[in-house]
Amino acid sequence: MTEEKTEIERSLTDDLLPSVERRKEGPYALCECHQRIPCNPCLTSCPTGAVSLDSINDTPEVDFDKCAGCKQCVSACPGLACFVIDETYSTDSALVTIPYEFLPLPEEGETVNGLDRKGNFVKEVTVKNIDSFSDNGKTKVITVIVPQEAVHQIRNIEIREENHG
Amino acid sequence: MLTTEIVVIGGGPAGMNSALAAASQGAEVTLLDRNWELGGQLVKQTHKFFGSENQFAGERGIDIAEILSERVHDNSRITVRKNSSVLGIYHDGVLTFEQDDKYKKLTSRQTVVATGAAEKFLSFTNNDLPGVYGAGAVQTLMNQQGVLPGKNVLIIGAGNIGLIVAYQLLQAGVSVEAIIEALPEIGGYEVHRDKIKRMGVPILTSHSIKKAYGEERVEGAIIGEIDSSWSFIDGTKKDFKADVICLAVGLSPLIDLLHPLGLEISYVPNLGGLAPKRDEYLETTISGYFVAGDCAGVEEASSAMMEGNIAGLSAANSIGYKKSFQEKFRNNRDELRKLREGETAKEVRAGLGEVRL
Repeated sequence: MTEEKTEIERSLTDDLLPSVERRKEGPYALCECHQRIPCNPCLTSCPTGAVSLDSINDTPEVDFDKCAGCKQCVSACPGLACFVIDETYSTDSALVTIPYEFLPLPEEGETVNGLDRKGNFVKEVTVKNIDSFSDNGKTKVITVIVPQEAVHQIRNIEIREENHG
Repeated sequence: MLTTEIVVIGGGPAGMNSALAAASQGAEVTLLDRNWELGGQLVKQTHKFFGSENQFAGERGIDIAEILSERVHDNSRITVRKNSSVLGIYHDGVLTFEQDDKYKKLTSRQTVVATGAAEKFLSFTNNDLPGVYGAGAVQTLMNQQGVLPGKNVLIIGAGNIGLIVAYQLLQAGVSVEAIIEALPEIGGYEVHRDKIKRMGVPILTSHSIKKAYGEERVEGAIIGEIDSSWSFIDGTKKDFKADVICLAVGLSPLIDLLHPLGLEISYVPNLGGLAPKRDEYLETTISGYFVAGDCAGVEEASSAMMEGNIAGLSAANSIGYKKSFQEKFRNNRDELRKLREGETAKEVRAGLGEVRL
């Protein structure tokens, strides 16, 4: 467990995360796609041309000067591996945007369980908003308000049964 | 006796693309499929597909099936015969099939076989108990018929199919107890794996199923860890309560229709089993008989579509429909090469080396 977490954190710092200055400027996309598979919707869906792939089997590279954090890639990625992070939301909390393909959907303002990459409960978080873009809106794009310290930990949510009796 | 210029057997991604490609060159095509709707396995795939725009990347399998099937039905050069099971292909070129309880005969100048693949089975004690399903059956029940296969599922096999079916079961509200995988590593794409992990489903590698148990039907399974010689390691036994055991242990090419014609085949584990030898136009060792998709070697739907294009174009070319053939062929061949360049297609590349003429 600790070993895996370290690996994820290392890959985040080394390959994925923008500079500290950029992280303070506003939302950015994280493509947590580390394996060379033939796929490119992150590139074709990006309206600002921030995502590049040398060949279709390459893993995506994000130019954070161009990325506007618009969430299109979150909706488009077939692997559900793109997320948008906004560390500037407030001093204590940040925003994490995830793809979500389950029913029932939570409502805006609802409290849900924030889960990590292994499905473990991290913290109760609040749904800020739910968007749908391409794909007839089948993949919902949900933004949750999370504590700053959990911004690179929370990558999934689970609705609480008491809210959907 | 029915006649057609090109017959395509199988209406999945490879077959539909073959028919469309051949028809676009001007050929008259008959497309035979044993199901009541076209699409093959696409009609059960609710997840979004990989690839590039040419293979409908980002679209769900179910939507790709609809798009392609509409194009096929709208094409006046293609005759579609559904509910049609091909029974045999004879040395004189006659193909027989059963459609709606009637026995029919058809001759064609060229034949494209796009019959897909069959699921592999696994031997373990009590594997004949009701509740032991192939992954395809789970998908048919759940995604096509709207029937849940059970409440608690144990999945055997962590290739892409096992991972995808696990995700679809979770979406349907079914509990997935675990996915077990005999190999020391997960075979499916990492992004599929990560989706499952985020839902908290355990994936146990180097594990296999020892036996299923239950009175009338499956009530659980005994699994255990295996060593590098695939023997169970003492003291690693685990008991999983489950009412469904879902087998996702691989596919093998369905090429039986061509065996009686004496085509050259080769046993290629990297392609799933007995695979036909073919040239770069996907023509087999029997002139006029082409293969495309999983029946030529088990791969992804994206490559099946590209192979379908190549086989359809080539079959049409052989009977004189030559419109920009070389250019179209090269475009599809190059696109297919790109799809196969990644590390996940390493085995496929090695396998193809053994069957290319």
